[in-house]
Amino acid sequence: MSSIPSPRRRRSRFSPVTRQVLLYLFFLLPAAMDIAQGMAGTLGPNPTSACLHDFGRYAFRFLLVSLAVTPLKRFVGVDIMLYRRPLGLLAFTYAALHVFFYVVVARHLDTHILWQDFSSRPFLTFGVLTFLILAALASTSTRRAIRALGRKWSPLHKLAYLAMIFACIHYSIAFKTWHVEPFIYTVIAICVLALRMVPRSARRKV
Amino acid sequence: MAAYRYPQPRASEITPRSYFLSRRAVMAGVVGTTLALAGSEQVAQAATGTAQNASGWPAPEKPTPQNDVTHYNNFYEFGTDKGDPAELSGAFKPLPWSVQIDGLVDNPRTWALEDLLKQFGQEERLYRMRCVEAWSMVIPWNGFSLAALLKAAAPKMGARYVAFTSVLRPSEMPGQRRGLFALKWPYVEGLRLDEAMHPLTLLATGVYGEALPTQNGAPIRLVVPWKYGFKGIKSITRITVTDRQPPTSWNLMAPEEYGFYANVNPAVDHPRWSQASEQIIGEGSLFHTARKPTQLFNGYAEQVAGLYQGMDLRKDF
Ligand code: HEM
Repeated sequence: MSSIPSPRRRRSRFSPVTRQVLLYLFFLLPAAMDIAQGMAGTLGPNPTSACLHDFGRYAFRFLLVSLAVTPLKRFVGVDIMLYRRPLGLLAFTYAALHVFFYVVVARHLDTHILWQDFSSRPFLTFGVLTFLILAALASTSTRRAIRALGRKWSPLHKLAYLAMIFACIHYSIAFKTWHVEPFIYTVIAICVLALRMVPRSARRKV
Repeated sequence: MAAYRYPQPRASEITPRSYFLSRRAVMAGVVGTTLALAGSEQVAQAATGTAQNASGWPAPEKPTPQNDVTHYNNFYEFGTDKGDPAELSGAFKPLPWSVQIDGLVDNPRTWALEDLLKQFGQEERLYRMRCVEAWSMVIPWNGFSLAALLKAAAPKMGARYVAFTSVLRPSEMPGQRRGLFALKWPYVEGLRLDEAMHPLTLLATGVYGEALPTQNGAPIRLVVPWKYGFKGIKSITRITVTDRQPPTSWNLMAPEEYGFYANVNPAVDHPRWSQASEQIIGEGSLFHTARKPTQLFNGYAEQVAGLYQGMDLRKDF
């Protein structure tokens, strides 16, 4: 996710790359806190599940925010383009933690059970698909990959939209009943995706 | 604790005539008094099992820590997160409480909670609890056999099921104010009469020797240890003996996922997850959950398998 430094940006003591790294590290704090609490035994009766669920939610939120960066700039005038890449990477990082807590901690890497899970449970299948897309996007977000992919980079990264839709499905059907939170998040996600679909020429009317 | 031990009723006492009739109906193809006698023997055996339980049921597992029992559970009336019941049940004021017993019984009555305790006492039962979400606990309940209460109510001929209704108090229960994003309220559950009369079936009024906290179903709840936890309806206000299978909340919500019976069965998966094993709450560490294989009827097969002879447990899940 390349960033075009905006001339209007306030000067900062830190270089853009440093700022990107700082943002990334800062938002790893929730994960660090969960894990520290979990190890200290203060994360409730089921710390594993608490981490699994917290990390899933963070992955979802960072994916959503990273997709909102462009509409924010276009329609609100808030430019956080510089942080789009670290936000996307945060989505991937939390998704990886989320998956780790399921595959390794909860399921003990039991390939038989995992295969059964992934092949027979649609909500997990959507999770896996989302994760695969995020992994592909994360691995092609280095400068080198961006250069190597050239014009193909942009359509490839449009897969993020698909990831968002799959994540909404995964989140919405993860529970035994309909929950309010995934519903609200899905509505927001649809709005963000819809704004991204607005053609360039329509911009001035807004 | 267990200040008063409810004397174990003899099988013949706790097995009303209607029970035999219902069993005959259930077991297709076989009719006759021989069968009815066989049925009563099974109950007698199970009753012995329960007597042992009062002084130490063969439950090798150690009890789940009290704080986990009271801070990790489902009680959708307060919210869908497992921490919600403990956190959001403060406004629920259960006392004074009464339970109405009606329907096909000779002695319908509205029991004040104190009268129930006076009449039936409390004993401790260490039971396994298997949640349908594939986690489990071992819980020391206090309470009395539902059979004792039903016997006092005296089911009439033709009685075959028992329907339970939970409390409806949206002003005190935030989960009941969520509209579409919830179950239909009040929560309802049901058992076949023979299941309800089974000596293992408990009306719990306490846990860990203390009165039930609001989050665990104060002041009185059902515990059916060989079934998934959601059968254990909480904060019961009404018990109705009927001749037809009553509706049950989770079954109404998703009939293909939650059956009327909901017997713990590792061979019958939930459509969205495997039931073959379970996470043991209170054990393991952050990076390694403790799991164990799930047992048929949650390990109570010896006591209850007889209730389901001849039934297809995949169909009647
Ligand atoms: C291999 C991939 C994945 C697997 C195996 C997986 C598995 C799971 C599991 C087991 C749950 C818990 C459901 C429950 O307790 O009933 C869950 C919940 C969730 N997952 Fe995933 N997931 C995957 C990928 C993802 C991705 C990529 C995202 C986000 C971008 C995500 C977001 C969520 C969210 C938001 C929840 C709900 C958490 C909550 O609010 O409690 N998952 N997932």
